[in-house]
Amino acid sequence: MSDWLNILQDPNVQWILFGCMLLGLSSGVIGSFAYLRKQSLMGDALSHAALPGVCIAFMLSGSKSIALFLVGAAAAGLAATFGIGYITRHTRIKQDSALAIVLTVFFGLGIVLLTQIQHSGNGNQSGLDKFLFGQAASMLLSDVRIMAVISLFLIGVCTLLFKEFKLLSFDPGFARGIGYPVAFMDQLIMFLIVVAVVVGIQAVGVVLMAALLITPAVSARYWTEKLGLMVVLAGAFGALSGLVGTFISANGNNLPTGPLTVLVATSLFVVSVVAAPRRGVLSKLLLRAYVRNKLRGEQEKSVLQAERKETTV
Amino acid sequence: MHASPLTIRDLSVAYQKKPVLQGVTFTVPEGKLIGIVGPNGAGKSTLIKAALGLIPRLSGDVSIYGKPYAAQRKLVGYVPQRESVDWDFPTNALDVVTMGRYGHLGWFKRPGSAERKIAMECLAKVGMEAYADRQISQLSGGQQQRIFLARALAQDAKLYFMDEPFVGVDAATEKAIVTLLNELKKQGKTVLVVHHDLATVKEYFDWVMLLNVNLIEFGPTEMTFTADNLQRTYGGRLTMLDRDTSSTLIMNGR
Repeated sequence: MSDWLNILQDPNVQWILFGCMLLGLSSGVIGSFAYLRKQSLMGDALSHAALPGVCIAFMLSGSKSIALFLVGAAAAGLAATFGIGYITRHTRIKQDSALAIVLTVFFGLGIVLLTQIQHSGNGNQSGLDKFLFGQAASMLLSDVRIMAVISLFLIGVCTLLFKEFKLLSFDPGFARGIGYPVAFMDQLIMFLIVVAVVVGIQAVGVVLMAALLITPAVSARYWTEKLGLMVVLAGAFGALSGLVGTFISANGNNLPTGPLTVLVATSLFVVSVVAAPRRGVLSKLLLRAYVRNKLRGEQEKSVLQAERKETTV
Repeated sequence: MHASPLTIRDLSVAYQKKPVLQGVTFTVPEGKLIGIVGPNGAGKSTLIKAALGLIPRLSGDVSIYGKPYAAQRKLVGYVPQRESVDWDFPTNALDVVTMGRYGHLGWFKRPGSAERKIAMECLAKVGMEAYADRQISQLSGGQQQRIFLARALAQDAKLYFMDEPFVGVDAATEKAIVTLLNELKKQGKTVLVVHHDLATVKEYFDWVMLLNVNLIEFGPTEMTFTADNLQRTYGGRLTMLDRDTSSTLIMNGR
């Protein structure tokens, strides 16, 4: 126990924990909209597509700068969404298959590039392989600062455009009818997902980033019927997952952060599925039992009444 | 000159290669309830969506009160098909109706008590004020349809487009919708309704548009809704039971 507390007192660890918490928060928030717009897999495709973008950004610049990675990942994400859109529109292939094709191509390309970089002998490349599954411990204070700024930007945009994003998620046709630039806002949400992916690339890695986008949102949906509360809850679940996952990872056993964070997020999800009021499994079982008993009680009562009538007659 | 609520010139729309609408031209008179009638795949919903710019058109020109739609959005209300959205969305009835005010609110601004008051009044107009706090997936199909109507009312428009509002609703909702349509008409508003039930066309609508890819006929119901015109629209797939009027119709195979 004292070991844990010692770790917590390390300012470096405090920063990293803070960064991962912000990451979980922002990905939970934007993930809520992705989930409600039925774009859960899009998050997966975008995070896998980010890998070649980041690799190319590194190859061209030779430096590990988050800003350049963001540009690379955004360009790759744009190419991926365009590819998916093009395949869906111009062939008979449905969106799920198009997603699978594009996702794997980009990820394959990313792995090839990543391997190429590792063999190139560039001294600066160490740590790039951690982009697959994340290693929060390798983050520097400067990384955390940039993560914090980007996360706040993301949460700020979602707060300002909450009303617009809500309508876009619920009824895009109506949104277009009243003059919202729906195509632009679609792209904006995609871009925000890419932003979340890039923020998470060091801490969680591209492979499992989608889980941090979607799982907190799905868990939050179980607890509430209000979008505002759902977004806040998803952010909180994400933040908690990031915090606990990073903490276990930083606790010295050198486990990658991404898988641990995902496992924490999934535990929260399981708790939500079982225990959530109204939508949860447990509550549904209880409700059914209650209704059954009530029904039986009423039937018995009516039978009794009928018997009583007979006896009086 | 007084501009018509809706003028469409030479509108054509195609999905892939096949034209869904071809050279449709008409001018809508103000203050009428207009039914749009035609067989499946005749382009009824497409007409509405193309007029609202929801789908791209091949050619044609839409003007609303004399100006392009982009300049007149606040004058137009829209009721989409009920199935076009996922009703298991985390929100309640009042919130959906409040969305009708978003077009008037402008960017970034949150709906406040003024918007909620308008939304509540619109809910009352469709007889749903008791359900304001109800999660929308807990509503019946007819109630969901009424929520969509209330949202369109909250838009406070002059010209309304409604896409199959009578589909799959109970008798109470059908009656509520008809009452509402007549009230809109009394306020001088113009309503275009995609409709599928030929038996009620004469009862509900002042004007009728017969559509089957091309515009077959458009005019006052008593003059336009004739057995002859219907045969032309449905391509002889209708059987008339009633000799004097065409109020009783049976679809002959699909």
